[in-house]
Amino acid sequence: MIKAVLFVAAMISILTTIGIVVTLLRPSLDFFAEASIIDFLIGTDWAPRRGEFGAVPLVKATFLITLIALLVSVPVGLGAAMYLSEYASARTRKIFKPVLELLAGVPSVVYGFFALTVITPWLLQDLLALDVGFTNALAAGLVLGVMIVPTVASLSEDAMSAVPLALRQGSLAMGANKMQTTLRVVFPAALSGIAAAIVLGLSRAVGETMIVTLASGSLPNMSADPRDGMQAMTGYMATTAGGENPVGSLEYNTLFAIGLLLFAITLVINMVSISLVRRFRQEY
Amino acid sequence: MATAVATTRPGAIATGRSRDRTPGSMAFLIALWASLFFGVTVLLVLIVSTALDGAARMDGALFSNYLSSLRPESTGFRAGILGSMWLMLGTALLSVPLGIASALYLEEFADRNRWYNRLIELNLQNLAAVPAVVYGLLAVAAMALLGFQETGIVLGGSLALALLILPVVIITTREAVRAVPNEIRFGSLALGATVWQTTWRQTLPSAVPGIATGTILGLSRAIGEAAPLLLLGVAVGIRFDPNGFLSQFTALPMQIYNQTSRSQEEFQTAAAAAIIVLLVMILGMNALAIFIRNKFQRTW
Repeated sequence: MIKAVLFVAAMISILTTIGIVVTLLRPSLDFFAEASIIDFLIGTDWAPRRGEFGAVPLVKATFLITLIALLVSVPVGLGAAMYLSEYASARTRKIFKPVLELLAGVPSVVYGFFALTVITPWLLQDLLALDVGFTNALAAGLVLGVMIVPTVASLSEDAMSAVPLALRQGSLAMGANKMQTTLRVVFPAALSGIAAAIVLGLSRAVGETMIVTLASGSLPNMSADPRDGMQAMTGYMATTAGGENPVGSLEYNTLFAIGLLLFAITLVINMVSISLVRRFRQEY
Repeated sequence: MATAVATTRPGAIATGRSRDRTPGSMAFLIALWASLFFGVTVLLVLIVSTALDGAARMDGALFSNYLSSLRPESTGFRAGILGSMWLMLGTALLSVPLGIASALYLEEFADRNRWYNRLIELNLQNLAAVPAVVYGLLAVAAMALLGFQETGIVLGGSLALALLILPVVIITTREAVRAVPNEIRFGSLALGATVWQTTWRQTLPSAVPGIATGTILGLSRAIGEAAPLLLLGVAVGIRFDPNGFLSQFTALPMQIYNQTSRSQEEFQTAAAAAIIVLLVMILGMNALAIFIRNKFQRTW
């Protein structure tokens, strides 16, 4: 009896997933009844007001910003993880790990504000003298990268800490120093766990909303220059939901079509990450 | 995160010191130090610059006034702060019992080899990485299904945030429950208690500190979320105090978003001050979680 009640609670997670899929699918089907799905997937013009529904500019912006974020978070996250796992004393680790995790605890709307008021005017325009606009993909990508550093660092550190001590001892006994041991023994041994961490960071970056809405702008375009403003998928959703579109209208339904695309992309990325972790767990 | 800590930590292995002091090794170590400090530095710059921006507006009006677009110099976040508190209460009431029940099922009752239990586990991992905006869309649909006409009420927001943090609550609760040693369960069962009595009277109380830590961390994530609320059509310029779960409300992150996207200087200053309030709430919750973890952590 009690087991059944608890089972129902656990089933809520399945119901949530089904709920998400149904919620996204129904308005999306209405949308694709009126707009061509081929245009949606390969069209390069996104102007819902004019009836142009090519989602490529939004997807391109999302991935460009994500790429910048990964360029920041992967080296920094891995560096921090290597230090914490291989070099740090237990005490240093106890202090720095929670501090690093605070970075993930800062709300993304705060990062958006930071990008608009500090990164763009101070770092990019004054210090680096770049010709960037008020909103640009570069600032959004940089702060997004900072935000996902803890995701990459924490999981990579777990993966590297899980490498058996014997491997390190063997390497050191052969005459390798600590750097060689870290880079050539521990890092390859933990590689699939590290890859999973990076992939999870990627999926966080793709789904992040407030930073890209505030800092990257609301202009869908095909520009590949990160100094330009551009609109990402989540940015479009946030801006459109705030506007006044009657429920059930074609423009309102685009929200769900973009949401479905976003959900599908993150789902694929997650599956890759989960299968990487599974491989890594079986190794020792 | 409860990672198995080996008795000898990798960092503690003695190595031939001289070979660790070649220029290459030193440069590598400095690079690692730099990446560790990079994050900490950005955090400091963020907090200090926001505090300097917002210092001028850390006054009583910030807490007692409602948002005003006519008098930006004395605009306040009263409705947002109260709204965020109602939202937290609703989120906690929805997510904590559900999360604990799911975690107990998975840890104490489920047969790992059944396909539906494996499906639940895989599904939880996936849910943990579903973008927050998608939960906003889900809550819109759920509220319509439940027959609520009005959008932007506390219940809808709580539902979205509760589903968003549910995976976090379940995962941390499972870790806390798993850390309770089996001897305690066996002892209880040997005295004739049923599995449920053992879970309710022995396992669960022992896991409470871990559960509290996880729940607080989940809630501190929820309090900063704006994206799902944006999709739920939560209004920004509410000029009354929310008074229940069915009341219209606004939340602090929504108001920060709104003020940030206005160009006038005074709004930016007000946003910075509101951010400080939000960060104090979040850092306070994080500190509480760390305190609980350190104070009540038991080694069996």
